[in-house]
Amino acid sequence: MTLRRLISVALGSIRRNAARSLLTMLGVVIGVASVVVMVAIGKGAEAEIGARIANLGTNLVIVTPGSQSKTGVSGGANSMDSLTLEDVDKLTRESLEAEKVSPVIQTYGMVVAGNNNWRTQVYGVDLSYFDIRRWTIASGRGLDDNDVRGHRKVAVIGKTNVDMLFGEEDPIGKTIRVRNIPIEVVGILQSKGPTPDGADQDDVMLLPYTTVHARFAGRSFIAQILLSARSEAGVPEALKEVRAILRESHGIQGKMEEDFTLRDQSALAATAKGTTEVMTTLLLVVASVSLVVGGIGIMNIMLVSVTERTREIGIRRALGARRRDVLMQFLVEAIVLSSLGGLIGAGLGMAVTALVGSLTGWATVVTAQSVLLALSFAVGVGVFFGWYPARRAAALDPIEALRFQ
Amino acid sequence: MAEAVVELERLRRTFPSPEGEVVALVGLDLRVERGEMMAIMGPSGSGKSSLLNLLGCLDRPTAGHYRLDGLAVETLDDDALADVRNHRLGFVFQGFNLLPRTSALENVMLPMLYDRRHRFADPEARARAALERVGLGSRLHHAPNALSGGQQQRVAVARALVTEPALVLADEPTGNLDSRSTADVMSLFQELNDQGVTLLIVTHEDEVAGYCRRAITLRDGALVRDVAKTQRRAADDLARLDAAHHA
Repeated sequence: MTLRRLISVALGSIRRNAARSLLTMLGVVIGVASVVVMVAIGKGAEAEIGARIANLGTNLVIVTPGSQSKTGVSGGANSMDSLTLEDVDKLTRESLEAEKVSPVIQTYGMVVAGNNNWRTQVYGVDLSYFDIRRWTIASGRGLDDNDVRGHRKVAVIGKTNVDMLFGEEDPIGKTIRVRNIPIEVVGILQSKGPTPDGADQDDVMLLPYTTVHARFAGRSFIAQILLSARSEAGVPEALKEVRAILRESHGIQGKMEEDFTLRDQSALAATAKGTTEVMTTLLLVVASVSLVVGGIGIMNIMLVSVTERTREIGIRRALGARRRDVLMQFLVEAIVLSSLGGLIGAGLGMAVTALVGSLTGWATVVTAQSVLLALSFAVGVGVFFGWYPARRAAALDPIEALRFQ
Repeated sequence: MAEAVVELERLRRTFPSPEGEVVALVGLDLRVERGEMMAIMGPSGSGKSSLLNLLGCLDRPTAGHYRLDGLAVETLDDDALADVRNHRLGFVFQGFNLLPRTSALENVMLPMLYDRRHRFADPEARARAALERVGLGSRLHHAPNALSGGQQQRVAVARALVTEPALVLADEPTGNLDSRSTADVMSLFQELNDQGVTLLIVTHEDEVAGYCRRAITLRDGALVRDVAKTQRRAADDLARLDAAHHA
């Protein structure tokens, strides 16, 4: 018999036993649906965490003062002010791997607006900082060239600062005092939410680095030099180059201890990605178990079906069906059953995913890959669990089968 | 001499059992010619079923030879026997053995689906014609449970005939039928036999044997009687039964 015939025979048999066929398929339907849903939720979480990490800047290179190996020791080569604006200039001029460079001059202090005060991170930054850290302006304006060149007393503030200092009021154009120096708020940063490890990224106030350098001299230091490599892949090269440039400018040779530390985000990204991947795999394994259970269901019903249809098998054998024909008939029937179950399950899975997404607000991603994977797994289940009952059917002796009541 | 459809030569069939070998057929010689209509009779345990299974190529002899339509079948393997059943044999069973919940037409098409030689270009048209030949042209799409016993057996006969087999084997074909349906099916068999179909009918009813041209009797696995007879016409009986019914 041709495959088309076999499939039409199988469909006929499934139609004649519609109720039983549906119950048989149920296991595979639920299995495939749960695989699709679980993978969609897992992939959604992966994508969301990936996006948050990208927000931090995956091509980010951070230079901080002081040696990594010596902690708690200040002064000398390891002092907190080992980075200078000359370093920033030199890196800007000489680095080929770094696309953008910005100093981050940090100062502490109480920020006052009207009756409210709030202790926050005050950073003096260059214009490139906004690109490197992927900050966008929610309202008002960002810093511009004139602000930097003119050492102007202007600030762009994060959402947390808006809430703490102004509440419902519109802060644009208002004056705040940082260590008693009046500064005008010109813009508000688009909120980023917390980092993957929970730190509030919106608790920040950005001023031109020239302003901080001039107005808070002696009470500020270069906490970081931020660089963005040309791409995520270019980060290792950039690290190497930045190290070489800084060693030269700081006169560090051979095994001398470095007075700066280089960091990038790859470790954090890898950890977060690894965690979500483990989660997705775990979900997939749990869902696969139900698919296997569904397959066992098919095998059970097929075994019952072979017994019930012993006479039919005898008739077919008497009319000229070879053992192989009977084997194929039952195998194809199992595969058609599981494939139908798979298709229904895929549809159900997508519907449930959409429902879960809209009810919980979780990000979900239904990939063609996961649907195809689940479907092919379902077909595989049909082959695997259909084989044994089909073999039993084919092995029946036609004389015995015809005599079967 | 006419052409032989069945030639059995010292055909022997034994079954192993814990108490030693059980002999079902002791070594049978038999020749059936084309166009015969023969009854195979005998009490239960006489070897009727064993003979039928061998004739039907569902079983292989322990010893001896069986030529079916000129082909030595005792040496064939399982797949080849399946093909012989498909190409050269037609079966009619006591319990009709139609596929349930499957239309008469699909039931009759079934043997052609297993025809590896694809001898028939349009199985559906052939099945339709076969059903018309047995008088069920108006019942093509009825499932077996929507047909009377006699009609079901007619579907089975159509299925046995549709591949133009050299031999039709019927196993107690009227065992489940009332006397009117019996006369009905037997008159159909006679009609087909008149058209040249070779028929072997296993039965324990003398009445059925009476419709045949020849009857053999088995006892203890051996052929004990082989008689030619004048055929009773089933159509006459059918007419008489109908007349009695209407009177």
